[in-house]
Amino acid sequence: MSNEAILHEADVHTSHSNGHHDEHVHHHKETFLTKYVFSQDHKMIAKQFLITGIIWAFLGGMMSVLFRLQLGYPETTFPWLEDILGHWAKGGKIQPEFYYALVTMHGTVLVFFVLTAGLSGTFANFLIPLQIGARDMASPMLNMLSYWFFWLASIIMLSSLFVQTGPASGGWTSYPPLSALGGASEGSKAGVDLWIISMALFVVSSLLGGLNYISTILNMRTKGMSMTRVPLTIWALFFTAVLGVLSFPVLLSGFILLLFDRHAGTSFYLSDIYLASGEALPNEGGSAILFQHLFWFLGHPEVYIILLPAMGMVSEILSTNSRKPIFGYMAMVGSLFAIAILAFLVWAHHMFVTGLNPFLGSVFVLLTLLIAVPSAIKVFNWLTTLWRGNIRFTPGMMFSIGFVSLFISGGLTGIWLGNSSLDIHLHDTYFVIAHFHIVMGVASFFGMFAGIYHWFPKMYGRYMNNTMAYVHFWITMIGAYLIFWPMHYEGLAGMPRRYLDYSSWESFKQFAELNRFISTVAMIVFAVQLLFVFNFFYSIFKGRKVTSQNPWGSNTLEWTTPIRPGHGNWPGEIPEVHRWAYDYGKDGREFIPQTEPVGANESAH
Amino acid sequence: MSLTTIFILSILLLGFLIMFQIAKASEYVAILKGEKKSQEQSYRINAFLLILFLVLGLIGVYWCNELLKGKILGDAASDHGEKIDKMMHLTLYITGTVFVMTQVLLFWFAFRYQHSEKRKVYYLPHNNTLELVWTVVPAIFLTVLVGFGLFYWFKITGDAPKDALVVEVTGKQFNWIYRYPGKDKEFGRKYYKNISDKDDNSLGLIWADVPDLNLKADKAAQDDIVTDKLMLVKNKPVKLIIGSRDVIHDVGLPHFRMKMDAVPGTPTTMWFTPLYTTKEMKEKTGNPDFVYEISCDQMCGKGHYSMKGQIEVVTQDEFDLWLLSQKPKYQTAVLDKAKSEKPAADSAKTAAAGTATPVIAMKK
Repeated sequence: MSNEAILHEADVHTSHSNGHHDEHVHHHKETFLTKYVFSQDHKMIAKQFLITGIIWAFLGGMMSVLFRLQLGYPETTFPWLEDILGHWAKGGKIQPEFYYALVTMHGTVLVFFVLTAGLSGTFANFLIPLQIGARDMASPMLNMLSYWFFWLASIIMLSSLFVQTGPASGGWTSYPPLSALGGASEGSKAGVDLWIISMALFVVSSLLGGLNYISTILNMRTKGMSMTRVPLTIWALFFTAVLGVLSFPVLLSGFILLLFDRHAGTSFYLSDIYLASGEALPNEGGSAILFQHLFWFLGHPEVYIILLPAMGMVSEILSTNSRKPIFGYMAMVGSLFAIAILAFLVWAHHMFVTGLNPFLGSVFVLLTLLIAVPSAIKVFNWLTTLWRGNIRFTPGMMFSIGFVSLFISGGLTGIWLGNSSLDIHLHDTYFVIAHFHIVMGVASFFGMFAGIYHWFPKMYGRYMNNTMAYVHFWITMIGAYLIFWPMHYEGLAGMPRRYLDYSSWESFKQFAELNRFISTVAMIVFAVQLLFVFNFFYSIFKGRKVTSQNPWGSNTLEWTTPIRPGHGNWPGEIPEVHRWAYDYGKDGREFIPQTEPVGANESAH
Repeated sequence: MSLTTIFILSILLLGFLIMFQIAKASEYVAILKGEKKSQEQSYRINAFLLILFLVLGLIGVYWCNELLKGKILGDAASDHGEKIDKMMHLTLYITGTVFVMTQVLLFWFAFRYQHSEKRKVYYLPHNNTLELVWTVVPAIFLTVLVGFGLFYWFKITGDAPKDALVVEVTGKQFNWIYRYPGKDKEFGRKYYKNISDKDDNSLGLIWADVPDLNLKADKAAQDDIVTDKLMLVKNKPVKLIIGSRDVIHDVGLPHFRMKMDAVPGTPTTMWFTPLYTTKEMKEKTGNPDFVYEISCDQMCGKGHYSMKGQIEVVTQDEFDLWLLSQKPKYQTAVLDKAKSEKPAADSAKTAAAGTATPVIAMKK
């Protein structure tokens, strides 16, 4: 069935793209609503994803500032918090339920809404058609729906912040029974229902997006653009979409079972539970661990859904600004492929201490550490790309270099955590926090920043301000290390995550001063992100105008479009492609765009 | 809003404005000076900052280690912990070397090959030998790490020795309950629907027939000892049978470097051998308040951060004395209560009395 469906779909796509061909000739009427709101132009949808992502990043970051305030100053009261937050901060102190709501929302928002929708939503939409030479996505309609499902998910998630019993507060992983039982936690009352509904809509959004990205990349490349000629961004976005399409449905199924357990009296995850209120639940025979399998079957690929687009963009930006081809293109594609496959086979490394069969655990150790091999290949290839290049330190390039540094630092601690014997001690401690924030959180943010600074001129026809960009980079880079590096030591002491006060613990209270330091730096770094947000919006309207079609001297197709491309991207024919995207510094020429035919005397690579 | 808040906010705002003015001005300067020239200048500055970042960063890494290495709980206090620490050191040496090497290369290359009009780039799209080398070399090191890791993993997760002390640990929101099997060395049966905090049966032990739940009394349950402190014996392996009454918890033992989830409905186990008594640790750490703590390491609700358990490691003699002083829960919760005419409604008091005893025993 599926084959037929795909064939059929492909048919529709071809005819659709043909339809677009003549579209650019006759102007079709655009209203404010069709141009900015219910737009079907992939570039506008990308901007919608980006700006929504920025809003969410602000909220998610703000939440972390609030809980860092608590962690840094557990004994201090902040009366103004009560002014803003009411009973969540009674007497100026963040209440435990609210603390847990904050960490839960911080995780959910940043992982899904910012680093999934905001990152791959933005750049897959923006770059795929432009870099493969297509007028738009395979289905602009589904693409538009993808954004609007995300918007709906956003609104519901946001509304959950305002319900009486508070938003979900069982952690972004929402493990049952805690998340299944309103009696176990206030946040598990209406909060979790809204959380599940919002996440379900989010899954729909990412499936619509993902299927679109895959079919666009496979079917709509311009003439000459074979899969081995597409830029690495496209490969990365392709694997990202595949990961999402295959793993998000599993997450959804996990959520649906959770919903049944909550409201339909089923016992998928519940067994032998006696609540503190004195109530013994009737459920028997369920497995709380089953949810964790379903969750991490998405959860682990999810970290690559977040990371791969950043890797792809960084590869592209590093090469462009080193004025040198990316080293080992095929190895880069191969390692992306290997990571994508392995991403599905390592989920249980999040579950080494759940009572998992030790033999099964050992298989997951092996597969997990195997990921280090393609990761190492990528790092060495990036390093070699820089070697003997002629490096321009544009803001995008700075963030790309920062990305590589963070990816190394955070990736190496993955080798610690992936080894089950070490994970026994380090599991659920600050070591984990440090690891995933560096390698997945901050690194992917760096990839996103790199992408924004690099493609901003293509998005808005203007540049962002460089001085602000450099200040943004340096404070963020230094701050990220100051925040997360010392956390490794807290983790080595076994200090558990998700505690709001360590002062009564003989084993962990020695870090009070360090926690205060980390909180202070976190707030400074957050303030600098506001500088970025300001720079972003200011530059949309007032930035220096782009005057040349190809400001970075780049080979890829997006720079062959007009400075401000309309819907359809190229006013005339879509250009034909004759070579790969990385002919920088070849035969003494600074760069050779993909559209230039291979010359007679040109050396082969 | 307090004055300080307003003060901080206004400083932030001012900082923003100044930053913005500088940023705008630098853009105009760039136009005046010629874009290319100012661009090259900013490349040079950033290249310098990158190498500076590397140097200061590496010094910072060293300094951070000096500052914090004394705070990470010292040597492991269990045999498994020692294995884990050994594994950790091996991993540290390997990943540490790779860390320094790759970071130095990254920032050095960035600095060394910074933009220059004169530089000609080296067109190098790929090199199979190089790529093979850095596929194979990491693979070898990872094999070593996997090998050692799994060697320790199977030792740690393998079966506990036959003579191990067996204790049951049950998590609930938000504390821990411990059960010793009593004289018969056998844990009696329990059922979660039989739990009743009100009747001081926090584990649902089946002391008597419960026709409603179709349960038959289990004699073995009648001598089980329930405590709220975990007593362990130095140099004697202990096997914990871990469960939960409500949501998932986790028995986290930072000093022993051990950890295992407590899952409702699915018992888990872990074993280890404590190497130092609590008293020895007090001397070793120079901290008279030292205590082995159990931290709940799996988010379990609003009291998660305070879900603390206490372990006391003692010598075998001290342990035997302590155990003798413990009354079975059945005795305190049912028999004693029946004896005293007054219905002892305050079950908390009985529980508290139960814990007071070991302390006295210890002091002897």
